[in-house]
Amino acid sequence: MALDTAPAPVAPPPPLGGGSHPPGARADTVFRWLSLAGGGLVLVILALVVYSTTRQAWPALRKEGLDFVLSDDWDVVKGQFGALAFIFGTLVISVIALLLALPVSIGIALFITEVAPRRLQRPVVYVIDLLAVIPSVVFGLWGILVLAPAILGFYQNVADAVSGVPVLGNVLNGTPVVGRSFMTAGIILAIMITPIITSITREVFATVPRSQKEAALALGATRWEMIRGAVFPHSRSGMVAGAMIGFGRAMGETIAVALVIGSIPTTKLQLFGSGDSMAAVIANNFGDASGTFRSALIGLGVVLFGMTLVIGTVAQALVGRAERRLGAVAR
Amino acid sequence: MTRTLPRSRRLILPVLVLALVAAGCGSSGKSHSSKPSAPKLAAATLNSSGATFPQAFYQEAIKNFAGEQPAVTINYGGGGSGKGQTDLQGQLVDFAGSDALPKPEDLAKYKGGALLYFPTVAAPITLSYNLSGVGNLQLSAATIAKVFAGQITKWDDPAIKAENSGASLPSTAITTVHRSDASGTTANFTKYLVAAAGSAWTLGSDKSVNWPGGQAGNGNGGVAQIVKSTPGTIGYVDFSDAKAAGLSFAAIKNASGQYVEPSTESASQALAGSTVNSDLSYNPLNAPGAKAYPITAPTWILVYKNQTGKAKGEALKAFLEYVLAGGQTAAASVDFAKLPDSLQQRAKAQLSQIVIP
Repeated sequence: MALDTAPAPVAPPPPLGGGSHPPGARADTVFRWLSLAGGGLVLVILALVVYSTTRQAWPALRKEGLDFVLSDDWDVVKGQFGALAFIFGTLVISVIALLLALPVSIGIALFITEVAPRRLQRPVVYVIDLLAVIPSVVFGLWGILVLAPAILGFYQNVADAVSGVPVLGNVLNGTPVVGRSFMTAGIILAIMITPIITSITREVFATVPRSQKEAALALGATRWEMIRGAVFPHSRSGMVAGAMIGFGRAMGETIAVALVIGSIPTTKLQLFGSGDSMAAVIANNFGDASGTFRSALIGLGVVLFGMTLVIGTVAQALVGRAERRLGAVAR
Repeated sequence: MTRTLPRSRRLILPVLVLALVAAGCGSSGKSHSSKPSAPKLAAATLNSSGATFPQAFYQEAIKNFAGEQPAVTINYGGGGSGKGQTDLQGQLVDFAGSDALPKPEDLAKYKGGALLYFPTVAAPITLSYNLSGVGNLQLSAATIAKVFAGQITKWDDPAIKAENSGASLPSTAITTVHRSDASGTTANFTKYLVAAAGSAWTLGSDKSVNWPGGQAGNGNGGVAQIVKSTPGTIGYVDFSDAKAAGLSFAAIKNASGQYVEPSTESASQALAGSTVNSDLSYNPLNAPGAKAYPITAPTWILVYKNQTGKAKGEALKAFLEYVLAGGQTAAASVDFAKLPDSLQQRAKAQLSQIVIP
């Protein structure tokens, strides 16, 4: 969108009902510059955040080099800061959260748009949005006081059931099996990201042209076949975008994860065992950290920032593509 | 808009202001205290942050001091020794609580100049455990080191049996519990193991250590909760949190070869046995003395030698005087060990080094 050049000096406001200049032209100019400044300010702040955190993290990043993200040797006493265990933990719990939340969110969105009677739609939407308002720390406390102790028995049963199986026996296990583990953190994150994925997916489903849905039904499709044939293909990019936004949110979740993940850094994929994540280790250690340790924690923040930026950019690109496709479809 | 308020309404604001001024100037009930000795200080606010280990004691001392000097407000923000030191470096606080003294290379970061260290209290770090049927566990540094390093994995290991001939130890696996957050308690515990366990301890000493396995709790309270709820666990918890959670703690072998239980008395014995340097730094870990508890953790208040304001400087000096006198008797009620008399005297003498403009 090209900017206009500076407008010509405005004549005194004409009497209402006539005149050569539209009333409020100066207000328009002011509004344009103000909104430009507002948008620019956000970008400036973002750039400053990236610059200042990278600068503070520089002593640790320079010392470790690429080992910062490739090595899992995190030892404060020896001054070694390999963050692989934390990156691994963050990805594991985010993937678990996405795998659990995506089917549920799509199901809720389909229910709201396709199945529910009209008078039921608003209450369901209201309840889902209420979930999004619950503070993270409340989820964390519920997890540590209620979920972790209660689900431990379930984990042990599953671990015993698959104990001989080659790959699954190791994954669905822990040394030892504990309530505060990757799986519990993943479950809580799934509950936390469901509202946002549902909301985005619901919006996308609502824009499917009625003509396409009615055409499918007219050809004799059952409701599920209509959803598969008319709704899903149309909404694919939007669903992926929603999933990635939820994934990004799960990666950055701090307090709830810090309370239930167990805080034992590991690169072993054992879902019922304790782990650690980037945001959790920063929250736990930053108050008492100094020197290179502090720089390393800030460096973790930079890496997390970079990862969520990449996820967010991809999501935006997909949303953009979905919108362009929506615009091109004949109604 | 040229309307003015009716006359009756115009009077409300000035009357309100007058009322507030009158309330502010009026005497409060507390100023007629029963102690005529201490001169009343001018109003001042002292901000501080730092170690959470002595926080319960500082809150008690602040509360009692406010009764004596109602015009002075003191805020202790906690946040950890690291935060306290960083805040003091930037002169964001008037004093800082810290379980460890600044390293020589960090002294230049303190913008206000030279520092003075005032020891305040100490407290034992317990080895709390959860083992049914075993009430009086006895442990030595080498055994503790091997347990936390993952070399001793069962409760009926020969090394533990040798020190506990009377106890019936089950063959349960040992689960160690450590801190998930960086902590001065971890630093002091590992410092003790470095000093007393020798070659049996290889993980070094710092606020955050690379523990092999075990479970992690957030804060002393978190570790206490895990030990309380999981059989077969052993973890290091500070004395007041261990008492509050009702945990059993082990008697530790001290440098004189005696097994001593943690208590405020045995912690004070450890302080009495330590050598105090000229800047009032000292190390009570593994201190000599037959009744000394070897894992006693010290803590200091750090202040700038040159104070910037008269009212704040006087208030700070008076607060420190209280902590080193009346506050010491209050320490035991919150499960902290008071300083030995000789150290109290030396600390009080150091107060005269504070320069108030």
